[in-house]
Amino acid sequence: MTDYTFREMMAISATRYIKNGDIVFCGTGISLLAAMAAKHISAPDSIVFFETGGIDSELEELPLAVGDPRVMHRTTVNGSLADSFAIMQNPFTGTHVVGVMGAAQIDRYGNLNSAVIGDYHSPDIRFSGNGGAPDVASFVNRTIIFMQHEKRKFVEKLDYLSSPGWLTGYDSRKKAGLSGGGPEVVITDKAIMGFDEVSKEMILIGTYPGYSAAQILDQMSFDVDTTKAVEVQVPTSEELRILREVVDPQRLILGD
Amino acid sequence: MKISHHKILSLQEAVSRYVLDGALISVGGFTVNRAPMAAAYEIIRQKKRGLHLCVHSAGQSIDDLIGAGCVSQIELAYAGNGRFASTGVRFRKAVQDGELLVEDYSNYQMTLRFMAGAMGLPFLPLKSTFETDIINKWGFSESMRRADEKLPPQKLAVIDNPFDGWCDTEKLVAVPAINPDVTIIHAQKADEQGTVRIEGLTYADIEQAKASRHLIVTCEEIISVDHMRDTPDLNSLPHFCVDAVVHAPNGAFPTACFNYYDYDPQFLTRHEQLAKDDTAYQAYLDEYIFNLRDHADFVELIGEDNFKRIQANPASGYATGLNREV
Repeated sequence: MTDYTFREMMAISATRYIKNGDIVFCGTGISLLAAMAAKHISAPDSIVFFETGGIDSELEELPLAVGDPRVMHRTTVNGSLADSFAIMQNPFTGTHVVGVMGAAQIDRYGNLNSAVIGDYHSPDIRFSGNGGAPDVASFVNRTIIFMQHEKRKFVEKLDYLSSPGWLTGYDSRKKAGLSGGGPEVVITDKAIMGFDEVSKEMILIGTYPGYSAAQILDQMSFDVDTTKAVEVQVPTSEELRILREVVDPQRLILGD
Repeated sequence: MKISHHKILSLQEAVSRYVLDGALISVGGFTVNRAPMAAAYEIIRQKKRGLHLCVHSAGQSIDDLIGAGCVSQIELAYAGNGRFASTGVRFRKAVQDGELLVEDYSNYQMTLRFMAGAMGLPFLPLKSTFETDIINKWGFSESMRRADEKLPPQKLAVIDNPFDGWCDTEKLVAVPAINPDVTIIHAQKADEQGTVRIEGLTYADIEQAKASRHLIVTCEEIISVDHMRDTPDLNSLPHFCVDAVVHAPNGAFPTACFNYYDYDPQFLTRHEQLAKDDTAYQAYLDEYIFNLRDHADFVELIGEDNFKRIQANPASGYATGLNREV
């Protein structure tokens, strides 16, 4: 078996959900590794764009923030925040966008918290804030979410709801005025979670080698259906080569 | 807004004239790029107090403005710095210590709020954030809103589509306009009349600039009026929007300025470390701001070697191959 790190596993797992023709709304970190790797592996005709307005950047070096000058290099157009969010709100273009994001907390319907732990007005921990994720999560029909699999992050009730997932399940999202689609998968350092087609509740669909369903449940504050879980295919040596040699040769995001 | 053909001011003069204690202020750029750092340092040096900041994802500039005690309240979407600080260290500390009032929005909401301000509208609508805590939880109380004429009476409002379901839309979120007392942006080029040229992504700088009563533009280069008008398609803002043009080369350092220089990974990493400790952070403020007379002193302190290290490659617009492993 090929050796790989969990970051590599997460990035490669995500590339498998990026399809040819997708317009990938990307942050930095692992989400960017996934989007860049997908272009070399499964989705050569996918397009990466950033909330800052850089569209189809030629990423010769990894940007370390979405405001990084590297996202401005040889784009199809250097736009603005107003442009990038309109692309997602506009149904002609927005229906092609898959959003990739992370958060501090997630609940069973894929709703996300990026603002605070504790009371909003006197928080125990203050995070960066919502950024553009609430808009992406509202507009697009498919999101891929990255999370660390920990009890304090998979919570029954969010301390603050920043980005809407499936809200309270069933058709609550559409009824609220949000796009019809929503979170597709949650990719963690231990597993891949999906959502039930009808109830929109989180389910376990894949475990990484070395983890049982029970071990995954032990890292969550709520129970999920595990009957559909299969073992996730490990990264191939070619996938790892692309990730390590082409996408992040300096291991700026992959780390040690 | 100023109708005059002579806009050039020193940074000290521009800040003391337009950034008053208690002002509603917005700053341009995005996290590690084109943050108006020289202006932020000058605001800190002049010990401005009680500022009300409105930003989308301003990052580095606001962390120092907050850390130096200049800011009492902030409306924002995001206060991180990419990989260099997932949450602004001084921002986090100020909020957790109860020293900074915060009201949270999303990036598109803040963009549209500036755009509404730029268009002379009371609000603009969007189709995002329904049923979130952005709508349910307000940072500023109703009594605070009533007492402050610069705050709209509501944070935002969910409204019915007045066009009866047109465009498959029943409801909208309306976000109120922001009209800052002063906006500060850092651009690559400007001329003495105030015409501005931003290279690379503009983020929401254009909207922030046009929404504002006063606008200070710091820039890498002052270009001749003739030259700017030879290629007007490349210009970003008309001269009358601008109150002050300040020549401040390296004025975005330690953040990047596309086509001129990259961000400085070493400085940003060190900043994040120092910001975690009150004593070390105060020493940083003294060393880089209070002990210096002006931006020219700052540039000298950083030194040619450091600027050379992050100098942009003309082919890429950034410092190709820059060592960012810190």
